[in-house]
Amino acid sequence: MLAYIVRRVLYAIPILVGVNLITFVLFFVVNTPDDMARMHLGAKRVTPEAIDKWKQERGYDKDLLWNEKAAGAGKFTDTIFFDKSLKLFALDFGRAEDKRDIAHEIRTRMGPSLALAIPVFLVGLAVNITFALLMAFFRATYLDFWGVVLCVAMMSISTLFYIIGGQYIASKIWHLVPISGYDGGLDAAKFVILPVLIGVVSGIGSGSRWYRTIFLEEMGRDYVRTARAKGLAESVVLFRHVLKNAMIPILTGAVVVIPLLFMGSLLAESFFGIPGLGSYTIDAIQAQDFAVVRSMVFIGSVLYIVGLLLTDLSYTLVDPRIRLE
Amino acid sequence: MFTLLVAGCGEVWNDPYPSAERSANTLYAAFVQRPKHLDPVQSYTTDEALFTRQVYEPPLQYHYLKRPYELIPLTAVEIPKAREIQGGKFTVYEIRIKPGIQYQPHPAFVAANHELDSGKIKKLKTPYDLPLGSRELVAADYVYQIKRLAHPRLHSPIFGLMAEYIVGLGAYAEKLKKLDAPGWIDLRQHALEGVEEVDRYTYRVTLKGRYPQFVYWLAMPFFSPMPWEAEKFFEQAGMEPRNFGLDWWPVGTGAYMLTEHDPNARMVLTRNPNYRGMPYPAEGEPADAEAGLLKDAGKTMPFVDRVVFTREKESVPYWNKFLQGYYDNAGISAENFDQAIRVAVDGASEPSPEMVERGIELSTAVDATIFYFGFNMKDPVVGGMSERARKLRQAVSIAVDMEEYLSIFANGRGIVAHSPIPPGIFGRHEGAGGINPVTHVWRDGREQRRPIAEAKKLLAEAGYPEGRDTKTGAPLVLYFDTTARGPGDKARLDWWRKQFDKLSIQLEVRETDWNRFQEKIRKGTQQVYGLGWSADYPDPENFLFLLHGPQARADGAGANSSNYASPEFDALFERMKNMPSSAERQKLIDRMVEIARRDAPWVFGFHPKAYTLRHQWLANAKPNDMAGNTLQYLRVDPEKRAALRREWNRPVLWPLGLIVLALIASAVPAFISYRRRERMAARPAA
Repeated sequence: MLAYIVRRVLYAIPILVGVNLITFVLFFVVNTPDDMARMHLGAKRVTPEAIDKWKQERGYDKDLLWNEKAAGAGKFTDTIFFDKSLKLFALDFGRAEDKRDIAHEIRTRMGPSLALAIPVFLVGLAVNITFALLMAFFRATYLDFWGVVLCVAMMSISTLFYIIGGQYIASKIWHLVPISGYDGGLDAAKFVILPVLIGVVSGIGSGSRWYRTIFLEEMGRDYVRTARAKGLAESVVLFRHVLKNAMIPILTGAVVVIPLLFMGSLLAESFFGIPGLGSYTIDAIQAQDFAVVRSMVFIGSVLYIVGLLLTDLSYTLVDPRIRLE
Repeated sequence: MFTLLVAGCGEVWNDPYPSAERSANTLYAAFVQRPKHLDPVQSYTTDEALFTRQVYEPPLQYHYLKRPYELIPLTAVEIPKAREIQGGKFTVYEIRIKPGIQYQPHPAFVAANHELDSGKIKKLKTPYDLPLGSRELVAADYVYQIKRLAHPRLHSPIFGLMAEYIVGLGAYAEKLKKLDAPGWIDLRQHALEGVEEVDRYTYRVTLKGRYPQFVYWLAMPFFSPMPWEAEKFFEQAGMEPRNFGLDWWPVGTGAYMLTEHDPNARMVLTRNPNYRGMPYPAEGEPADAEAGLLKDAGKTMPFVDRVVFTREKESVPYWNKFLQGYYDNAGISAENFDQAIRVAVDGASEPSPEMVERGIELSTAVDATIFYFGFNMKDPVVGGMSERARKLRQAVSIAVDMEEYLSIFANGRGIVAHSPIPPGIFGRHEGAGGINPVTHVWRDGREQRRPIAEAKKLLAEAGYPEGRDTKTGAPLVLYFDTTARGPGDKARLDWWRKQFDKLSIQLEVRETDWNRFQEKIRKGTQQVYGLGWSADYPDPENFLFLLHGPQARADGAGANSSNYASPEFDALFERMKNMPSSAERQKLIDRMVEIARRDAPWVFGFHPKAYTLRHQWLANAKPNDMAGNTLQYLRVDPEKRAALRREWNRPVLWPLGLIVLALIASAVPAFISYRRRERMAARPAA
């Protein structure tokens, strides 16, 4: 297994270089270092000297990808791309364009992101599986039919609608929770109840339909027929046998997103005023802060790769037939 | 679980603030943009001024209530007088500050805190975790700050401008550049020729030539005092990775100190215990007494102990929290305008019945800002000083119906501009004498836009009858460069096309992003475009320079984006800019405005009007576009606020019961179905 992990980690390096290159190219297709300087120096009284100084201080006065004037390897290494990318692999994110320490920001903002993402993930998983099991249990009845209709309807509604509608009803009309904001420690609870609820509800449609499909597929297998033939109650068949065997595809979807929970939610964090990493990424994109954008994309890629690796490893835990060679 | 969580919230469940704060003398407000710089040498935006101006005290300030804006001393004993030397070659300003002013408590004033080990710094949550000290404000602190304008590691937006005037500042920057090395540069060791400490409480600034507007700069945070100890303290190794620095933790003598700094969520200003206190003004505009703005005359400020700013990125929660009483004041976004404001037949705005019912009051004020739509004077079609091009621009100026634009796209929040100078600034005329005769006439006691027929006539005289070139017969096509993009801006762009269509001119809209737009302006490749300008200080020079030829954007880095160059206008500008406000200066301004109206390098656009709503428990609020240190004037009634918040936010619990009942009810058929299925003798055939 160790060899497998090492191999996967080595595979990850070219992927990360590629992701970094794509991010770099996409960013600099629409922004030049001069644009970035102007964005950060403001619109008033910006002189060409100030722009040059800004670029020089941050290393944006070099060539982007290829330095024609340099000699030998310097043609590649004495560039903005090499300069900015290499440190990422040592997890040295450096400073944002406003000179704030990115690693410090990430550490600070990870908590609020997780405070929202973990409950949404866990409660959502539980609710979706329960709802899907119920639909599977009552398959081919009107309960199943209306459950699916409800799921399709819920899938069709935009997340933004859930957020604004939820804020309107729960906070503005019923006055049950703060409409937005965040506080540390236990006080965070009153701020995350509503976004968690909205996160769970908005995910029920797609999640439940996906799990229902898995359960129905599993219920058509021979071992289920055998269990029924033995006279087991339908609930026992479903919860003891089907659920256990359906865990493999469920794990595929669930484990891969666990590391990505750190990245936060772009939309919910903005609307609920939660100072997490999702909100950080959006701010950075709007402010043309390449240092933060590339760091967040890099972390996202690393976490996704970690998620896929964990998924593969988790197979071996739940299915003894699978061996990683 | 839900009940348990909210049980701790008491009577009000949706209160975003801790229950212990409910009756505290705190002002609650929101901020939208993360402040980028709180270092007064770099900070330039209104968002940042919200914080910096409460902490830093430049020598001068603006009177809170009087209009037109009036400069008054802040830490200075009096407004410094310009003294010309060497036959006007240089001007000297000697600024004497009041003795006995103390800095806020800060760790920088404790010598032991200047040699912290990085392990200790790592453990700090805020700089205020360290032992705190203070000291008296001295003239040397102002001198130190002016030197910082030239600091090689700082980006002062006014360095270029000030280097033109302050003797030796440019050379000083060069000198510091050569000296630059990691670590703290002690600027006290390096003298600046044009800025010197005269005695403990007096400093002198020597300018090249005359620059009367310099006193306005002395009211801006760029000229605030900076104690050298603060720079030295924050330059210690280990401070930067903790985001401790002057850009984030200001150190000043103002009414408030920034005690909580989280630009992602919350910024908190706390009353500076060392603040000397200032009396609330006893004079203002005639209507101020009636508005209750003089009730606190003579009382010592600040009135509020704490100001909590919460970041609100989205307008929906911001607006609803204001309505719930969790923000004491708020602006009005376009989507909330109809809910908040009722516009009377005569165009006057007043709070809607819903706002009145809550005791919400409205303040309006025209900003010292102009949004204009310019022609690039270097463009072969719309530019140049030929009669043909001038008449074309004049025709367009008449056709673009700014009154309609304001009504449709700004909910009437603005007034049509007739010159570059907004209300409240010297040089502007109101009423019949203030209208632009090229585009408007004064009839029946009010301004009226000239009929489109006159615009068509001008267009024909320009050589484009019915929008066609008389020489070639080709239709006239103009290009409008704008950053507006996406479906949200379609209506606005259609409106622009419609304005030109009135003259049968085809308008091609060239939509682009801000960076490309700026690039076109820099290169002078735009044709028609839109931009805005907000005053740095209330002087006509700060608006008329936008049309000053030598400051053409395409020829350098000036602010004249239309690249307008009129020798007569430029000569008048050179004379006017250094004159004190007087009848003679007014004459020059009148002539300049007349020239600009005739040449029409801009469609003069509009001056926006700021609408601010405030709750009944907030007193002394008056919009002031120039003074930034306004929070100390505000007073809140926390008891009244707490009572009204309770009344407005009683939790509605019956829907929760209904939801539980609905869930139970929906489970019943499932349970019945389950029971029926379990009791079946055999499964039905599929």
